[in-house]
Amino acid sequence: MSMAETRTPLQRRIVTWIPYFWLLVFFLAPFLIVLKISLSETAIAMPPYRPVFDGLAGLWAKLAELSGANYEWIAGDPLYWHSYLSSLWIAAVSTLVTLLVGYPIAYGMARAPAAWRPALVMFVILPFWTSFLIRVYAWIGILKPEGLLNQFLLWTGLIDQPLFIMNTNTAVFIGIVYCYLPFMVLPLYATLEKLDPALLEAAADLGAGAIARFWQVTFPLSLPGVLAGSLLVFIPAVGEFVIPDLLGGSQTLMIGRTLWNEFFANRDWPVASAVAIVLLLVLVIPIVLFQNAQKRLGEER
Amino acid sequence: MKGLLAGLSAVVLAAVSTQPAAAQGDKVVHVYNWSDYIDEEILSDFTKETGIEVVYDVFDSNEILETKLLAGGTGYDVVVPSAEFLARQIQAGVFQKLDKSKLPNLVNVWPEIAERVAVYDPDNAYSVNYMWGTTGVGYNVAKIQERMPDAPVNSWDMVFKPEVIAKFADCGVQLLDAPAEIFPAALSYLGLNPDSRDPADIDKATELLLSIRPYVQKFHSSEYINALANGDICLAVGYSGDVLQARDRAEEAGQGVEVAYSIPKEGAMMWFDQMAIPADAPHPDAAHAFINYMLKPEVAAKASNYVFYANGNKASQPLLDKEVLEDTAIYPDEETVKKLFTKLPYDPKTQRLVTRAWTKVTTGQ
Repeated sequence: MSMAETRTPLQRRIVTWIPYFWLLVFFLAPFLIVLKISLSETAIAMPPYRPVFDGLAGLWAKLAELSGANYEWIAGDPLYWHSYLSSLWIAAVSTLVTLLVGYPIAYGMARAPAAWRPALVMFVILPFWTSFLIRVYAWIGILKPEGLLNQFLLWTGLIDQPLFIMNTNTAVFIGIVYCYLPFMVLPLYATLEKLDPALLEAAADLGAGAIARFWQVTFPLSLPGVLAGSLLVFIPAVGEFVIPDLLGGSQTLMIGRTLWNEFFANRDWPVASAVAIVLLLVLVIPIVLFQNAQKRLGEER
Repeated sequence: MKGLLAGLSAVVLAAVSTQPAAAQGDKVVHVYNWSDYIDEEILSDFTKETGIEVVYDVFDSNEILETKLLAGGTGYDVVVPSAEFLARQIQAGVFQKLDKSKLPNLVNVWPEIAERVAVYDPDNAYSVNYMWGTTGVGYNVAKIQERMPDAPVNSWDMVFKPEVIAKFADCGVQLLDAPAEIFPAALSYLGLNPDSRDPADIDKATELLLSIRPYVQKFHSSEYINALANGDICLAVGYSGDVLQARDRAEEAGQGVEVAYSIPKEGAMMWFDQMAIPADAPHPDAAHAFINYMLKPEVAAKASNYVFYANGNKASQPLLDKEVLEDTAIYPDEETVKKLFTKLPYDPKTQRLVTRAWTKVTTGQ
């Protein structure tokens, strides 16, 4: 008799409500606060916007004071639109490169002798034991004009002038791919490891070559891992702030930076909140697409 | 005013707290100051003398401090914003008026600095100066010499004249990522009022900045310290104390990098870091005791000798190390001081205009 069956219906209901409770407290409530600020006006006060709700009293009167002016402002200046597009572009390219780099790693891990696998997974997770910030700083040391990479390339004679990678979008791509690689490799490895070798043997028996076996059997079956990994990389990369700030140049336009400017430089919490709400909408679309794709995959089987 | 190291600051907000000498109920003061900005001996001496324990936290950007203050309930008793930020925070009702009867050491202040601060804080009612400095030009002596033997190092021509700055583009130029520091410099270089809010003036300054944009490698408010010290860049517009810190680090490293700081002869921005007490400070008496202690001539001198910034304490000057008092990069001569200018906080509309113009300069959008 398993544990679940011994539980009373009430206990079971509480267990199912826990995730909803978390969602309510840590996602929905903050979201509503941000939404409310995005409909307010900036002011020189504490906190720096109004109206401020002090409770339910007068709620309706104050609701009437809310305005969509901040959203009109965002729509009126192409800067925000360009920031969104540029963020999506940087995130998309980074995700694709992470996939191209991560897939062979995950494939190799899944094909390695079973005894090695825990150690290999460990190696993928190992970088997390060092602070994220330190690892990004380390890339500054590698990529800067007098850094390790240029010293090495100059020494080998491949180049005779240092490469200017630091403070460009290329450095941002390198930083994002490096930092998010484990998030791509782990879901890919999880799906590839579960792959039944009998399917590949069957394909071989039916005359499929190595390339055909990969594209017709392995890759389609690993698609859920590809999708999960891609989203785990893409979504945080869109809002990434630290990597472009440290490795990118001043021309690197990303929504995280624009948001920072609104919040800290302009002290305009309402417009910053409106930018954040729009960012959320921009992120919700890929999630919905992902869920549809997953559902389709599930139905195909 | 140190670097406003973008969002990073939120991540690495290091907290340094002194060990409690003796747990003494509410005999404690919570101080929130810039990072690397005090000789820690001062804190333990204060505890020894008054029996008040100091809990000392640090920040590295005015923006982080301001956001915390505006949200309220920080629990800090003494905070150290820059004057321009302080002015707006006073307006927002963040601070309480100082009880000057509890600050007998106010007699030691440097009237000239107090007078300049009064532009931001009328009658110095809410704050006392801790340190002040300038925003000028830091450079790598050898690399500039090599590229332009007669470089106008004591003029804004270094930065704002395209044919001059173009010569240094290959060895790296960085500007503060702070429109409130760069726009006044550009405006004064154009012969306009550095504190102008006229959109036409802001446009002219934007044009000037766009003309030198191709030669600027990066806009960042703290990276230039290490970059100058390591010889990665050869020219930066930055805060006096930061450039002097880079100079010392380069000297210590002994790699032959020589960094120098100059206050351009056309005039430069002057900034002030001010000690103030939040309105909701839990220990206002301890806060006054702390500020009064910092106003002692020997304590102010000790602080300046350690951080290489000028302080607003006239009586401390005879007690300063010679290398601090006689360094014109720290204590400029009177002629230079007359040319230094200050800037009041922008109103929200101008702030938005300037931030937008700055985004255009930095990103080309």
